[in-house]
Amino acid sequence: MTLLFTVLIPFAGAALVALASHFGRAYSAWAAGVVIFASMVLLAPLASLPFAGEMLIQQQDWIPALGLNLAFRLDGLSLLFAGLILGIGLLIVLYARYYLSERDSMGRFYAYLMLFMGSMLGIVLSENLIQLLIFWELTSLSSFLLISYWQHRREARHGARMALAVTGLGGFAMLGGFLLLGHIVGSYELSDVFASADLIRAHPLYVPTLGLILLGAFTKSAQFPFHFWLPHAMAAPTPVSAYLHSATMVKAGVFLLARLYPALSGTPEWFWLVSGAGLATLLLGAYTALFKHDLKGLLAYSTISHLGLITLLFGLSTPLAAVAGVFHIINHATFKASLFMAAGIIDHEAGTRDMRRLNGLWKYMPHTATLAMVAAAAMAGVPLLNGFLSKEMFFAEAVHIAEGHGNWLLPALVTLAGAFTVAYSIRFIHDVFFNGEPVDLPKTPHEPPRWMTVPVEILVVLCLIVGIAPAFTVGPLLAVAAAGTLQAPLPEYQLALWHGFNTPLMMSLVALALGTAIYLVRRPLITWHEAGIGRADARVVYNALVNGLISAALRVTRAFDTGSLQRQVFLFVGAALALGGAPWLAGETPFTGSRAGLPPDAVSLTVAATLILATIATVIWHRRRFTALVTIGVVGLVVSLAFIKFSAPDLALTQLSVEVVTIVLLLLALYFLPQHGEAEQSRARVRRDAVIALVAGLGTAALAWAVLTRPYDTIAGYFLENSKPRGGGTNVVNVILVDFRGYDTLGEITVLALAGLGIVALLQNLKLAAPLRDATGRLWNADAHPVIMATLTRILLPLALLVAVFILLRGHNQPGGGFIAGLVTAVALTVQYLANGAAWTNARMRAPFSHPSSLPQPGEGANVMPTPTASPPSPQPSPRTGEGANVMPTPIYDSHPLIAWGLGIATFTGLASWAFGHPFLTSTFGYLDWPIVGKFELASAMAFDLGVFLVVVGATVMILTGLGGLHRTEPVRPETR
Amino acid sequence: MNLADHLPILPVVLPLLVGVLLITLRNAPPALQRGASVTATLALLPLALALVQATGDGTHLVYKLGNWEAPYGIVLVADRLAAWMLVTTALLALFALLYALNGADTRGRHFHVLFQLQLFGLNGAFLTGDLFNLFVFFEILLLASYGLLLHGGGRQRVKAGLHYVVINLVGSTLFLFAVGTLYGVTGTLNMADLGVKLAATPPENLALVQSAALLLFGVFALKAALLPLHLWLPAAYAHTSAPVAALFAIMTKVGAYSILRVYSLIAGEAAGPLAGLLDAWLVPVALATLALGMAGALASTSLRQQAAYLMVASIGTLMVAFGLGSTEALAAGLYYLPHTTFAIAALFLLADSIAHGRGEWADRFESGPAMPRTHLVGGLFFAVAIAVAGMPPLAGFLGKVMLLQAAIASPWMLWVWATVLATGLAGVIALARSGSLLFYRTHGAHGVILTPPSNAALAPTLALLALVVGLVVAAGPLSGHAAAIAAQLKAPQHYMDAVLGGTR
Amino acid sequence: MEALIALVIGVLTAGGVFLALRGQTFPVVLGLTLLSYAVNLFLFVMGRLAIGVPPVISETASGYTDPLPQALVLTAIVISFGMTAFVIVLALKARAELGNDHVDGLEREEDRGA
Repeated sequence: MTLLFTVLIPFAGAALVALASHFGRAYSAWAAGVVIFASMVLLAPLASLPFAGEMLIQQQDWIPALGLNLAFRLDGLSLLFAGLILGIGLLIVLYARYYLSERDSMGRFYAYLMLFMGSMLGIVLSENLIQLLIFWELTSLSSFLLISYWQHRREARHGARMALAVTGLGGFAMLGGFLLLGHIVGSYELSDVFASADLIRAHPLYVPTLGLILLGAFTKSAQFPFHFWLPHAMAAPTPVSAYLHSATMVKAGVFLLARLYPALSGTPEWFWLVSGAGLATLLLGAYTALFKHDLKGLLAYSTISHLGLITLLFGLSTPLAAVAGVFHIINHATFKASLFMAAGIIDHEAGTRDMRRLNGLWKYMPHTATLAMVAAAAMAGVPLLNGFLSKEMFFAEAVHIAEGHGNWLLPALVTLAGAFTVAYSIRFIHDVFFNGEPVDLPKTPHEPPRWMTVPVEILVVLCLIVGIAPAFTVGPLLAVAAAGTLQAPLPEYQLALWHGFNTPLMMSLVALALGTAIYLVRRPLITWHEAGIGRADARVVYNALVNGLISAALRVTRAFDTGSLQRQVFLFVGAALALGGAPWLAGETPFTGSRAGLPPDAVSLTVAATLILATIATVIWHRRRFTALVTIGVVGLVVSLAFIKFSAPDLALTQLSVEVVTIVLLLLALYFLPQHGEAEQSRARVRRDAVIALVAGLGTAALAWAVLTRPYDTIAGYFLENSKPRGGGTNVVNVILVDFRGYDTLGEITVLALAGLGIVALLQNLKLAAPLRDATGRLWNADAHPVIMATLTRILLPLALLVAVFILLRGHNQPGGGFIAGLVTAVALTVQYLANGAAWTNARMRAPFSHPSSLPQPGEGANVMPTPTASPPSPQPSPRTGEGANVMPTPIYDSHPLIAWGLGIATFTGLASWAFGHPFLTSTFGYLDWPIVGKFELASAMAFDLGVFLVVVGATVMILTGLGGLHRTEPVRPETR
Repeated sequence: MNLADHLPILPVVLPLLVGVLLITLRNAPPALQRGASVTATLALLPLALALVQATGDGTHLVYKLGNWEAPYGIVLVADRLAAWMLVTTALLALFALLYALNGADTRGRHFHVLFQLQLFGLNGAFLTGDLFNLFVFFEILLLASYGLLLHGGGRQRVKAGLHYVVINLVGSTLFLFAVGTLYGVTGTLNMADLGVKLAATPPENLALVQSAALLLFGVFALKAALLPLHLWLPAAYAHTSAPVAALFAIMTKVGAYSILRVYSLIAGEAAGPLAGLLDAWLVPVALATLALGMAGALASTSLRQQAAYLMVASIGTLMVAFGLGSTEALAAGLYYLPHTTFAIAALFLLADSIAHGRGEWADRFESGPAMPRTHLVGGLFFAVAIAVAGMPPLAGFLGKVMLLQAAIASPWMLWVWATVLATGLAGVIALARSGSLLFYRTHGAHGVILTPPSNAALAPTLALLALVVGLVVAAGPLSGHAAAIAAQLKAPQHYMDAVLGGTR
Repeated sequence: MEALIALVIGVLTAGGVFLALRGQTFPVVLGLTLLSYAVNLFLFVMGRLAIGVPPVISETASGYTDPLPQALVLTAIVISFGMTAFVIVLALKARAELGNDHVDGLEREEDRGA
């Protein structure tokens, strides 16, 4: 997997480089150099293959399900690009070493650079399209880091985000395109894609596929109308610009065009879309470049226009055009990199990049000037330089097409573009190095450090020798690269300086002359431009779009998420009604089933009437909260009556005891809440709620009716049969609870335990102010423990406990069981607190585990028992019955252990069955003869039930005492209402 | 039976026992409680992996509680899906807990008890084969989550908690209505048995069982935070403590899991009259959830809020996959599930570190002083953002690619592609904005002393990131396993045979 | 009789939903309580209505009603009890933290379009 490692080395190198920086600035530069060199060395031995006409593909399975393998490909095209990326990368590393200032972190810079380089190599060496896309997106991400390198600068941050957004857009589009391509071809391997080129072009999905992929390529290569991000990316350090905008980032787009040329090109859609975008970009870039006062701005637009040129060439879809495109990729990389570096040097040494201030630098830095001039000449397409050659080929192709269509618009336009290219090239040279004296430069310019110019020199020399002797220098490389692009035998062409006096040469001469002319009249032109077109800025559009997106998002979010609970409940009820109602709309299913029901009887009618009235009363009087409490209590009682009526004694008992506790809780709570609800909000709201409530009621009633009138067969029979013989109990409900479905019960006592614990956690340092007067303004009775009540409860307690034990024991065979027993006990104990106060009770419940810290310090539990009376408060409360404020808080019984024991016992009863090789919670039972009691059943389930009992007691007591133990010492918290 | 036969119950009983133990240890030194809690959570991992191992070949481990036959007794059913969820939960819980040890666990009482019982509820829900028992475990994990959510208190938190509790209580009520109806018609509670009985629904009962099944979907949709029932999530997750928010990354997945589990049994292709019951609902709702979640992420004013909305969006993506329902789509979703869970959790933890590091500026999207260790934290944020946004090279991207591929076949293709790709871009824009505001647009802090986030605080985030990377490195086998899970879900009759074998 | 029960369930649900939609915590708690009555009753009658046949095995028994729903309801009752207790205390906590007993901690309803 040599190619894989060639790609991975820079990624690994990033870390190395970052580390190296700890030893000193220079080290990370060296490290970066070494990393690149390593990649080169790895690649070198393979480089000969394409020249031998071979193509190397290395594969390794990764995610076969996704059709995504690690697959790399080395052919002419990828070799050319890998060479550019690594070669120019090396020069950039050397250059940046001197460019970056003391304040910039070398480690970060080179690390980012390595990441980016690795991603680029990944793109150009990928055989698998999805893999290519992964690296594609990685270039977007790593270029974000590079462009925002000077993060303290606003334009750097914005430029980076803009580049990421635009190229990201392209990336996602391209993902879609590749997926479609893969869908058409049935594989993401380039080889397969090339093989089925005709299939692709003929496929109905060809156009969307092409569109999406081109969107990716155009955004990356800054083609019109996505070109605007590139100039803003100039906020990056110049070495980055030199790298991203000459050989790499923006070339990824044209690389993709070249890469997929064999598969997608040759259709009218391709011709018009690609060459159209290219031509537009070419003209726009060349024109705008002339009017940029910033050196890098000029180069940025020049880059745009040259990318347009290359795109246009690929769009023309003739083999020769493709060759020219590849050739220009090479040439542009060389001269543009050197120009950016030169610009960087000027900026570095003169302190500005504004061509209105940079003048006459020739006498300060002749060496740099010379280099810049040669490079600029290459850019302008002056003979003897590489730019000239590819431009000639380009013109030739334009002419060729024109002859084909008999329409000379294209040659005219490209000549015009050429003219502007000449013009801004001249401006780059003349304005900077001549044209009078510098205008108050920040520092006196001078030649840069020796090594800083070396990269520029190398590139400029390349421009020259390629320009003079193309066939002997770049010829072979171009040949293999072009072959790799076309994936077909090369067309006839020869690289030569002199093709005789032909149309292209004429066009070049025209361009040179016209360009010079344009430059001479530049001043009026500039004023004219800046008065008009110059004002237009794509960035405004972009910002408008992004801000529009965000404000739209804000509006949508606010519209939904108002932070109102009522809306949430409303939506949920509404959703439930929609879901539950939808199936009935079909209207095929009758509501009423075939099953005959029971006849109603007078008692039931009255009872039902009571319940309905009580409910309605609760609803109507819910603001008179005590009243509502009473009425809802009635509802609960009636429900338990219903349970009795329909043969559910256990439920009745449970419901009854739960009811008591719940009402007590609500009372305690109400003591701390306003005893009167607020006046109702808007009528409309009430009406809305009433309607949905009624519909909901109707829905549930209908549901109940629909089920009740239908017959069903149930698994219940099994329980009735096996309850006694296999469950050892005659109370089937209880056997189900502790045996058949003991697991449910285990869960439900956990819920109860959690409720207790959760409440304890909630109550921790919760301070609530209790009012001194009740709703009607009467003072609370300070005498907390009415004697009669106290005495009664003390007698009641033992009785209650006895009853509880009885209920617990008989539970397995008669109505009763752990829950009910537990609740009865809990109620009895609670009543003790209510009637006698925590102190008295605790004294008698010597709690071994009691921890002052483990429960919120309560006052007298009794204090929270609201007993409104007309009697005035006793002037000085007696020590025992006084306000909680002036008694020492007494640690009340800590029922954590009860819960722990209960859950523990229940769980271990379940685990015990493992010992006998049975699953969790398997029960067993046996009978033993006790004196007096007689035959007595002992079931493991009863141990389980004991656990249930303990948890219920523990949790309930914990909840009640916790709530009852709230302080009332705090001053009344100022109501916000 | 030897211990190995009890494997399915172990992940349930262990946290319960440790929870009980921790109640008795409530006044023991924190170190002891923490030790017990961490050890127990750590121990869940091998158990879960053992289940993956045991179910890998497609067997359904059926565990008869109380030794009662299904459908009469409650059975636990461990299959590939359950094991997958258990592993995800165990890993997530471990790192959430480790983060909590930085102090969040001592800001109130019973943190570790609640945490363990939360795991008890989660694992129980993933393993049960009984619908009513699923309800019970929903209640357990809910009540535990109430406690955890409110842990530490505070105005915003209490308000969010109140909303969360009330809406879920209403949800539980609906759950009972649905279960009741299903029992009233079919006379059974065992999910496999339900599947069998419902497949034979006579036409006169069709609408009845359909509406029951849809009501059930409503409950699960609420848990999963699907539009328009997602409103409880942003506030709740944004205002609770970081480790809890991180742990809750799995809570929404419980809803997703339940939809997958229940409807694969009662509305699969072979489910007769109920087949494809959710087809009309799930995909559009999921797409809307995705879009709205991403809108929220764009509109957010603080990182935690953004994380919460991104969670909504991720649920949207997940449910799109489950809604499409083809084996490929399910596989995509199942591969995406652990990734998005870990990624979002990491974001919540990191957001907390950032909030601490930036002092009074907290995690609000406004220019503050450069936080200490900014490059380290910034780097972490960059990585986490890539993961959350589903950018290459992390698993989120692969998951989306699988999803888009799977969508090609479906009638929803255009909608799915448009939404997924567009929201993907929106996510990138939103996170780039957040990152540049939090880390780049800094001004010199004058006289403010900022405490750097400790390694102990950053380690869990890093670990979760490592998991995300692991998902990519092992993408081949893992996506393969996801496909196996999907295949198993598409063939529910094996599940039914395994559960009801004795009685069928 | 079935119709009567259905009606009762409907009324309880309607009342519960209406109160659950109120703006203060206390009525919401009442509403949730009503809802739990409704659903418990509903779940219970899913075993169909039968009079005088409790599921307690004995020689004399004429028959038995479906015990399973009863067991489920018992579980449901206890769970909803725990939940109610929790939400009650939470309501108190909310009042302490938010300074009033509105579910959104608002002074007045109109402030918030819901």
